[in-house]
Amino acid sequence: MDALARIPQLLVYGIVSGSILSLGGIGVSLTYRILGFSNFAHGDTMALGAYLTLALLPVAARLGIPGGALSPLSFGWDFAASLLLAIAATSLAIALLDRLFFRRLRNANRVTLMISTIGIALALRNLLQFIWGPQPHYYSTAIQRAVLIPRLGIRIKPDQIFIVAIAVALALLLHLFLRYTKMGKAMRATSDNTSLARVTGIDTERVILWTWVIGASLAAIAGVLTGLENKFITPELGWQMLLSIFAAVILGGIGNPYGAIVGGLVVGISEEVSTAFISTGYKPAVAFAILILMLLIRPTGLLGRRR
Amino acid sequence: MELFVGIVNYLVFFAITAGTYGVLSLGLNLQWGYTGLFNIGVAGFYAVGAYTAALISGPPPDVWDGRLVGGFELPFVIGLLAAAVVAGAVAFLIGLPTLRLRADYLAIATIGIAETIRLVLKNEAWLTNGVWGLQQIPSPLHEPIHHGAIGFVRARPDLAPWLGDLISKAYNWFYLVLVAVVLVVLYLVMRRLARSPWGRVLRAIREDEDVAAMSGKNVFAYKLQALVLGAMIMGIGGALYAHYARFISPNSFEPLYGTFIVWVMLILGGTGNNKGAILGAFTVWGIWAATDFITGYLPFTAPQAAALRIIVIGLLLEVIILVRPQGLLPEIKSRRAARDRPKDTGEAESPPP
Repeated sequence: MDALARIPQLLVYGIVSGSILSLGGIGVSLTYRILGFSNFAHGDTMALGAYLTLALLPVAARLGIPGGALSPLSFGWDFAASLLLAIAATSLAIALLDRLFFRRLRNANRVTLMISTIGIALALRNLLQFIWGPQPHYYSTAIQRAVLIPRLGIRIKPDQIFIVAIAVALALLLHLFLRYTKMGKAMRATSDNTSLARVTGIDTERVILWTWVIGASLAAIAGVLTGLENKFITPELGWQMLLSIFAAVILGGIGNPYGAIVGGLVVGISEEVSTAFISTGYKPAVAFAILILMLLIRPTGLLGRRR
Repeated sequence: MELFVGIVNYLVFFAITAGTYGVLSLGLNLQWGYTGLFNIGVAGFYAVGAYTAALISGPPPDVWDGRLVGGFELPFVIGLLAAAVVAGAVAFLIGLPTLRLRADYLAIATIGIAETIRLVLKNEAWLTNGVWGLQQIPSPLHEPIHHGAIGFVRARPDLAPWLGDLISKAYNWFYLVLVAVVLVVLYLVMRRLARSPWGRVLRAIREDEDVAAMSGKNVFAYKLQALVLGAMIMGIGGALYAHYARFISPNSFEPLYGTFIVWVMLILGGTGNNKGAILGAFTVWGIWAATDFITGYLPFTAPQAAALRIIVIGLLLEVIILVRPQGLLPEIKSRRAARDRPKDTGEAESPPP
């Protein structure tokens, strides 16, 4: 019964890590939907955002933004400002990579593009390792106390509540963007039929740029949230999550951003709850098991469209 | 003269490793080059082959104080065949749920299987000795050749020192011949297959699956056969590695060395060209060795130098894709086939339900 007693607590952890996976998954899903290929560099884009946030902290301080943690959270305004700068920098970097590499391959085979993202992923991850080294870097060394929620018997840290809140807010924001803004509508039109969208006067190159910017921004945030949850970042941070993110995306229905949210939560919760029953050594394989199961039962995903 | 002997000895060692990579590259060429199967879990099949060979031919359990169930001290050839069979079986299982779907799914599933295999190797210590890895894997005919050569040099003190140095490394020469024989046999088999009706169906599937299916070909069965056969070749590559290195651990099969370098090799050499696959293996391994040499002279720490070398490999891949996507030795095909090749529009499409 001991394993069962741990489940409520594991559910909390699962929702937290699932929120991060969802944010990562939305980016993968959007690029897939609009550009037509799976971006294997997305995990490393997350790591890039996480490192840039660390690197831009002194810049935020110079801008006169006050440091010091906003109790009970483990970080302060300077960190938030640095994250905003990192989002911009990550988006710029990814837009540049698109310009340099992916744009030249727009008419190439989709798999060629995927191979290209693998090369970028390798280079990006090792660039981070070249600059910052393979050892972990810490966002904060302070130990944050978990709050005990009575009656439910679960513990949760303020940072974790923040992570879930940010993920929910961003998912809502994205929904409103896709639904009501002109660019959001153009993105949906492009994803449904690129040639038709072009004929109707939609600047598809602009749509692609926006797709990269949104994907990179969400990736940067997801990377930073991973750093907040783990307390440290390494160059491998995103690559290690890539399999879980892809499992989430396929589970939700590849190309469907809303599906990625559902998929992220299911994968995150499954991974955490699994540790009550199987060796934690196999936790990374849980996403793989879900993926295979889903491919066998319903390859279009939970929210996937049948065509 | 010593420098010369040093260089020759290094080149032999280099060729053994590059030749082993040539085997992996040939296997990937069958899957990706001919059939268009996007397998980015080469490391998984490579690892399965290496561990199978190590357990089949490795020292008995009492070497491990009975902690492990293996090995079985069986001959090298049996280990090699078993490595192929087990790697093929894993590919069969992974192919079943994924090969009816589009490339993305196979890609992600193969990353998953490679990672899962690494977790099994780390966690199932009764079989694999966990993170400590398997040691004392016997090299075939090591005893007679190595000791014979050493004995010969000792018995002939009149030999020039450089000749003694060269002869005492006789085992590496033998292993190089062994790798070369395996590589040539596999190359000839692959060439025969590529020219056979079976190979033509594979290429037809790669160019347009629907057309192949409409011509009455069982596309799924052909893809599964190509995936399994390619994985068997990768398993053989793993066995060759294990018997030469004599020590393997889960870290030997990380995605970089096990998968991505092989991809760069095949793409640089020439996707769809067996000679290109082998040429690519030697070229990229040469570049890899050269970057090791060059970064040694640059003012970087060891982790920085390692990272820089991988950045070079990653950028090399990008440059090939942009500048010479057909590789050094392009696939040989008729001009008409090249002209008629349909272009993928890259538009999103759902997998078949």
